[in-house]
Amino acid sequence: MKNEGKSAQRPDNTAFTQQRLPAWQPILSAGIVIPGFLIIGLAFIGIGIGLFLTSQTIQVQEMDYTGVEKDSPCFRCTIPSNLNCTCEVTFSLSTLFTGPVFFYYGLSNYYQNFRRYGVSKDYNQLTGDTRYFKSRSPEEDCSPYSYDSNNNPIVPCGAIANSIFNDTFELYQIINGTKKQVPLDGRGISWWTDYNIKYRNPSPVNGSLAKAFDGTVKPINWPRPAYELDLTDPNNNGFLNQDFLVWMRRAALPQFRKLYRRITDGDYAAGLPAGNYSLTVHYNYPVLSFDGRKKVVFSNVSWMGGKNNFLGLAYLVVGSLCVVMSVVMLVVYAKFKFSDDDDA
Amino acid sequence: SFTGESGETKSTKVKKHKRRKSKKESKTRTVHANILYDHTKGGDNPNRHYANNKIKTTKYTLLSFLPKNLFEQFHRFANVYFVFIALLNFVPVVNAFQPELALAPVVFILSVTAIKDLWEDYRRHRSDKEINHMDCLVYSRNEKQYVEKYWKELRVGDFIRLRCNEILPADVLLLSSSDPDRLCHIETATLDGETNLKQRQVVRSFIDLDCEFDPFKYNSVIECEKPNNDLNRFRGYIIHRSGRRDGLYKDNLLLRGCTIRNTEEAVGIVIYAGHETKAMLNNNGPRYKRSKLERQMNVDVFWCVVILLVMCLFSAIGHGLWMFQYGDKRPVFDVLSPEGTDLSPVVSAIYLFLTMIIVFQVLIPISLFVSIEIVRICQVYFIHQDMELYDEETDSHLQCRALNITEDLGQMQYIFSDKTGTLTENKMVFRRCTVAGVEYSHDANARRLAMYQEMDSEEEDCTSHGGTLPRRDSVTSHQSGKVVLRSQSTKSHRRTGSRAEAKRASILSKHTAFSSPMEKDITPDPQLMDKVNECSSQMEFMRFHSQPLNQIPPDLCDIFDFFIALTICNTVVVSSPNQPRQKSTLTKLNEEKRPEHDLQHAFSPTPPNFEKTKALAQDECELRYEAESPDEAALVYAARAYKCALVGRLPDQVTVELPHLGKLSFELLHTLGFDSTRKRMSVVVKHPLTEQITVYSKGADSVIMDLIRPATGMSTLMRKRQRKILYKTQNYLNLYAADGLRTLCIAKKVLSKEEYASWLQHHLEAETAIQRREELLFESALRLETNLQLLGATGIEDRLQDGVPETIASLRKAGLQIWVLTGDKQETAINIAYACKLLDPEEEIITLNADSQEACAVLLENSLHYIQAKFLCNPRPDPQAARDYAGLVIDGRTLAYALDKSLEDKFLAVARSCRSVLCCRSTPLQKSMVVKLVRNKLKVMTLAIGDGANDVSMIQVADVGVGISGQEGMQAVMASDFALPRFRYLQKLLLVHGHWCYSRLANMILYFFYKNAMFVALIFWYQFYCGFSGSAMVDQWYLIFFNLMFSAFPQLITGTLDKDMSAETLQELPQLYMNGQNSEEYKPYMFWMNMIDAFYQSLICFFIPYFAYVDSDVDLFTWGTPITTLALFTILLHLGIETKTWVSLYNIIALFFTVALCYNASCPTCFSPSNTYWIMQKLLGDPIFYLLCVVTPIAALLPRYFYRACQGTLFPNPVHMGRQLDKLPVDMRRIFLSQSQMKLGSLGSLFAPRAPFFPLCGPFQKDYRPRVKQTHMSGTKQKEKAIANPIPSKSMEMRDPPLSSKNSDNHITLNFRMQEEVQSCRQGSDSPLSENLHCVKEPSSPISGTLPYTKDTPGSRTILDSTGLEAPLSPTDLCQVELLTSTPLLPQTESMQLMSPPRSCFLGQKLDDEDHSNQKSLLKQAGDVDHTHSTSCLQEHSLKTTFL
Repeated sequence: MKNEGKSAQRPDNTAFTQQRLPAWQPILSAGIVIPGFLIIGLAFIGIGIGLFLTSQTIQVQEMDYTGVEKDSPCFRCTIPSNLNCTCEVTFSLSTLFTGPVFFYYGLSNYYQNFRRYGVSKDYNQLTGDTRYFKSRSPEEDCSPYSYDSNNNPIVPCGAIANSIFNDTFELYQIINGTKKQVPLDGRGISWWTDYNIKYRNPSPVNGSLAKAFDGTVKPINWPRPAYELDLTDPNNNGFLNQDFLVWMRRAALPQFRKLYRRITDGDYAAGLPAGNYSLTVHYNYPVLSFDGRKKVVFSNVSWMGGKNNFLGLAYLVVGSLCVVMSVVMLVVYAKFKFSDDDDA
Repeated sequence: SFTGESGETKSTKVKKHKRRKSKKESKTRTVHANILYDHTKGGDNPNRHYANNKIKTTKYTLLSFLPKNLFEQFHRFANVYFVFIALLNFVPVVNAFQPELALAPVVFILSVTAIKDLWEDYRRHRSDKEINHMDCLVYSRNEKQYVEKYWKELRVGDFIRLRCNEILPADVLLLSSSDPDRLCHIETATLDGETNLKQRQVVRSFIDLDCEFDPFKYNSVIECEKPNNDLNRFRGYIIHRSGRRDGLYKDNLLLRGCTIRNTEEAVGIVIYAGHETKAMLNNNGPRYKRSKLERQMNVDVFWCVVILLVMCLFSAIGHGLWMFQYGDKRPVFDVLSPEGTDLSPVVSAIYLFLTMIIVFQVLIPISLFVSIEIVRICQVYFIHQDMELYDEETDSHLQCRALNITEDLGQMQYIFSDKTGTLTENKMVFRRCTVAGVEYSHDANARRLAMYQEMDSEEEDCTSHGGTLPRRDSVTSHQSGKVVLRSQSTKSHRRTGSRAEAKRASILSKHTAFSSPMEKDITPDPQLMDKVNECSSQMEFMRFHSQPLNQIPPDLCDIFDFFIALTICNTVVVSSPNQPRQKSTLTKLNEEKRPEHDLQHAFSPTPPNFEKTKALAQDECELRYEAESPDEAALVYAARAYKCALVGRLPDQVTVELPHLGKLSFELLHTLGFDSTRKRMSVVVKHPLTEQITVYSKGADSVIMDLIRPATGMSTLMRKRQRKILYKTQNYLNLYAADGLRTLCIAKKVLSKEEYASWLQHHLEAETAIQRREELLFESALRLETNLQLLGATGIEDRLQDGVPETIASLRKAGLQIWVLTGDKQETAINIAYACKLLDPEEEIITLNADSQEACAVLLENSLHYIQAKFLCNPRPDPQAARDYAGLVIDGRTLAYALDKSLEDKFLAVARSCRSVLCCRSTPLQKSMVVKLVRNKLKVMTLAIGDGANDVSMIQVADVGVGISGQEGMQAVMASDFALPRFRYLQKLLLVHGHWCYSRLANMILYFFYKNAMFVALIFWYQFYCGFSGSAMVDQWYLIFFNLMFSAFPQLITGTLDKDMSAETLQELPQLYMNGQNSEEYKPYMFWMNMIDAFYQSLICFFIPYFAYVDSDVDLFTWGTPITTLALFTILLHLGIETKTWVSLYNIIALFFTVALCYNASCPTCFSPSNTYWIMQKLLGDPIFYLLCVVTPIAALLPRYFYRACQGTLFPNPVHMGRQLDKLPVDMRRIFLSQSQMKLGSLGSLFAPRAPFFPLCGPFQKDYRPRVKQTHMSGTKQKEKAIANPIPSKSMEMRDPPLSSKNSDNHITLNFRMQEEVQSCRQGSDSPLSENLHCVKEPSSPISGTLPYTKDTPGSRTILDSTGLEAPLSPTDLCQVELLTSTPLLPQTESMQLMSPPRSCFLGQKLDDEDHSNQKSLLKQAGDVDHTHSTSCLQEHSLKTTFL
């Protein structure tokens, strides 16, 4: 139909059009696979041992203080009517707990990852944008924790903020019967990006943060408004309160711990020396209604984070499997190979 | 060209038009001339309702694009589903993601498709515009002359003037032509692909118009049919003012799209315009088929939906229970409904169900459909681009017309092939002829033809030696068989470039079909040449002396008539190539001296010369014959070789140039064209010498032979001579057929004046009839073609295409069943089948010829028994035996019975157990019925390949239709899914591209299911840890774009480019094709295996991070992001295991990290509810993350990798072996492949050919076939299975040793025990029944009763008599039928019987008995046909079977 010379239709003879592109074609031949498996297996076993040993060096001190059992020190605080209850948990360390020591509180059976719970916050509010204090963009996100019964806007709104963990702890070392308070460092326990980028306090009005919160009410469960979260440190208030930031970062799993404080200062910079300790718990947070548990955890960290034997074990298991497989294949292969030779 | 631009909408448009008009119009269309009406106010113009000539094939307008396109896209269920899910996200109580985000993938998919549609539509629009703005000359009422106008301005009723080489803008009724004969030649190549010129005639009433046509004088009204798409039909009449009516036929209509040739000027009136033209109505857009793979896939998509629902239901119930356990104690993390009310567990479970559907939506692969389409387009592109599928000679390459069934090419099981033009070249070459009972063998001609073959093979030698000149010695050494034929002339060819030169010549003459030198330059037989000369000189003498011509001896007279018939009994148009305008002068009677040189050349018995200059010179002054069919051209060229040259053809006159006599003009009274029912054509002429009215007929021997009757007033001597001629001719016909030649009989009849007058009267009535015209003409032709006198017969060779036998052999090795369905006669077909290795000389042939339904039933029953007995008694597990089983030959008539509902099952049972099936004399309808039957009953994938209009129905019915873009027009191509230039390209198309397409797509689809399931399962496991609340640890962006971006791209790349084996290996080891046939890449269980694997992998990918992070201070997305990353690693590594060639697809990991980092850094406050700000950055600083990334994918992929490794090393399947073979260096590989028995580990047994009963293993379960299971497996397994498998014929095995030892000898004659009288009927089998082996003792066994086997002495033939044990038939019945198992070319004995005549038991019937001597009985005389392979086949006839 078109007359563009004799061979107008001739296809291009290129490697691409003729599907002759060079390509690497790995073939799973026994000669590669068996040694490959063996090498991978051995490497994994090595890594596994390393990880396991590292994990073993990490010290952990865990204490459940929920008070389910009658003889537990915090049992009396579990009665809902008992407000501002304080209880004392004691423990002793036989060796030096090397520092820096991280002080966590842990909750279990607590679903911070519940979907409706998870969406129940307003990021715009939390960046300190006062426009969103009273009228908020995704209205339904925070509800029913948007307004209180008098229809005053709640700031910070939403279920996450409302349910902030509010037990507080004081740690004492008991030296010869006297309590020596262990200084707890609450600075920098949240993510740097949270503190510096994601969260912002509203600009103070006339130098007062409280004024910025005018016209709003505190979340229902909170004892004090956001600008009075930390009475000791005026800079640790509002949305930039470290405990608030830690809480707002939702845990992935129903059993989790969150960083409460670090022990880095003073006499305890090198760690907690062996001895007896007493932990005073201001018991506020109810967990028994959903069968939850509360605990405190002291731990130090290595390069790979907290104590976790699992990863090392996983490497060991996978490595061993690889080795076993290579052996099995070798045996089967040899058998087949020889039987083939017999045939031939 | 614009015929290619089509749109489905257009037909609906026309329908709309029709609907509108139907109120006003009846069954016809009335066309008035437009100039009678004022154009400016068209209100009174009666033509105003007809469509104008503007074409619009676009689907959309600017306004309608969006709604219409969306509407069309929503026809796809998947789109509706995804939109539904996206909309569900807008419902607050159930939403899972940011609603806008959830819309993104759907919008993306929809817009990609929309852009594609828009682009296509724009292209259509552009081409429409181009076409609409072409110029044509239209008569203007105001300017009183023809003025240039655009095509789109043309209206029905306009007069247009057409000039030479112009394309017709609309369907035009020819009113005037500058041609003195009032003819107009058109080329219809764009319409039907036929390159020969066609004549069109001016409407009868305007023929006599001497002066130029004046539109103003035209005042007639045309009544014609409504627009329809039948190119070969046009009926109507023109009513003049005088009231006179003239019929209008298709010969008067010039169709849109054709090109005017050889005619200076023509004028016509537009009848149909625009979308109502026949060309446009014939355009039915691309076809839509659904491939097998896609059907399979849809089932699995359904399963995915089921899995999805189960998962959602599980989650919903889980959530309900979770809520329930808290009862009234509301935990702090529980959130009330927005209204502050407490949700009951049941209600929240219901809400959650919907939420989960959104969260798990990825399980239904949204991008799968789009990806498949993209991959297919790429595949089509690559197939298009394949150099090896490009035919230089015709400058055409493979066309994929159907875009969505590429993968079906890799799954074919049955091939149905046409013969003529598909297996053969459709270059008809005159080989030999018989005139008046004397055979002229044309040995020189045969030598000439052999030479062409020689040239081809030499050419191939040249190329294989890398372009260097072939060393003469080496050529002779390995071509010793052919060296005898080489003559001086061939050497000279090589010197001048042989084939290239020939090719150039054929390209030069490409304009005229069927005129390659091979077809044109016929070397005459010297003996016949002498007779022709003698005859014409005598005639010359007698004419000069005005003596009556009947003085000439009858045989000379017959020779003369024979050549006259060859010359004029056709529709060949004569033209002179380079001076088209000269045509008129040439055809003006005589006086035109043709250059002597030319004639000399034609007569010279020297072989053709390919010297370029000479070829050109010759071309310039030579007449060209434009024939509609290659047979016609071959015959005309043959006649020309005998100096009996056709020099001119007019509608009413044919001019023939004869030696001595000069130019003779025959007054052409009638031409009764060829049709497939009559299978003949005739011309009625007035003989210029005898002044007699003579009918020359030419047709298939089967019909002509029946019409031969001695004329009434004939002497007994003449009668006897006639009978002798008839007898001899039939003998030669059989011989020709046995040689694989196409036979045609030539006959004549002299009509007396009275006879002619009475016939003419009827005929004229028929011609002028408007209703039932075709039928009447048909009847009229039947009346004329009776009592013919046989002149002779011709044998035309239809040469096999290059590489056909090799292609068939390798396709067969690939496990394809090849059936040939041809319209040719049985003997021709069988011989072509032998030539192209379709039938093997060593295999038995079961021939089915039956005259009645009952007979057919009996035949089928018997052959079935025969086959079963044969195979059951020879359970030899020798793969070599597989090649040795029967071929089935069935003729059209029997086929008609066999295709009956009651018999089709039996027919299939017989056919499928034969290695090859040959259906002769089948009509197009039967072809399609056979394909349909096989396709539907056996549930196999069928491919039909053909080149002609008669194959169209078959091509359309088959799963994949392949058209050969050959010489016979474009109909087959238009109907096909793929169009090939040559048959042999089928090999690469199927074995290589089919395999690749199939394995690529199959792997891709499976992988898609896997990766989505794997990803979704991760989230599912998480539900156990988040109270089944539908929250996801994977960020919503990753979740939604995972499918679209990260995992889809590498898959697309591998889906397009992955090669499991190289093209060479695939072609050299056709057995690898079975991989696709058996759907090995994608079996139903594989889906489930993949699902299980996906769930396993997701468990690993979920729980390793889970345990690594449990009871830590990790937050949701810092934990979820590693999981996403791991999953991606795992998925990509999985692809790495599955893919065969690693194209650097790990860019995708880099892409993922880049995207993740950018996304994580982009906006600290957006993307609620899952804010993942700075997470990835933090993770990259965490060693645990890296440690997880190493161990998890490996743990997850360990089982699969182990499985693959074992498979690859210990139990390699053929594909693995092929891949290993691929890795070998080239020369090593060649050594391996050249060994007929491959011993590469267990390779030999792996590639064992399929056992004969393999096709029986399909879903086709009937009692009368042995239930034999066969599987393709490795050597060791094979043996085990053979023992373990409780084959129903276990009892047989015990009796096996004696049997097989007997039967290992050749030819088994199998007689079913029968009644005594039947014995008498059987003839020839009185060889001593040396041993009767009772294969099965129980008469009631499923195999059928007693089967006494006779071991015939070699050389005697075998007959399977036609008695069924269960069917007690009368002897007469039995004799109507028989089934013959033997090699086709039957040994010596005259009594050898191919078929018995109906209603007669007497086999040795005298052939001279007139009324019974139909051609069937005559065929029995083929005893003298000797074939070299007949003996060899008899010697080596062992029946080997294998049961695996």
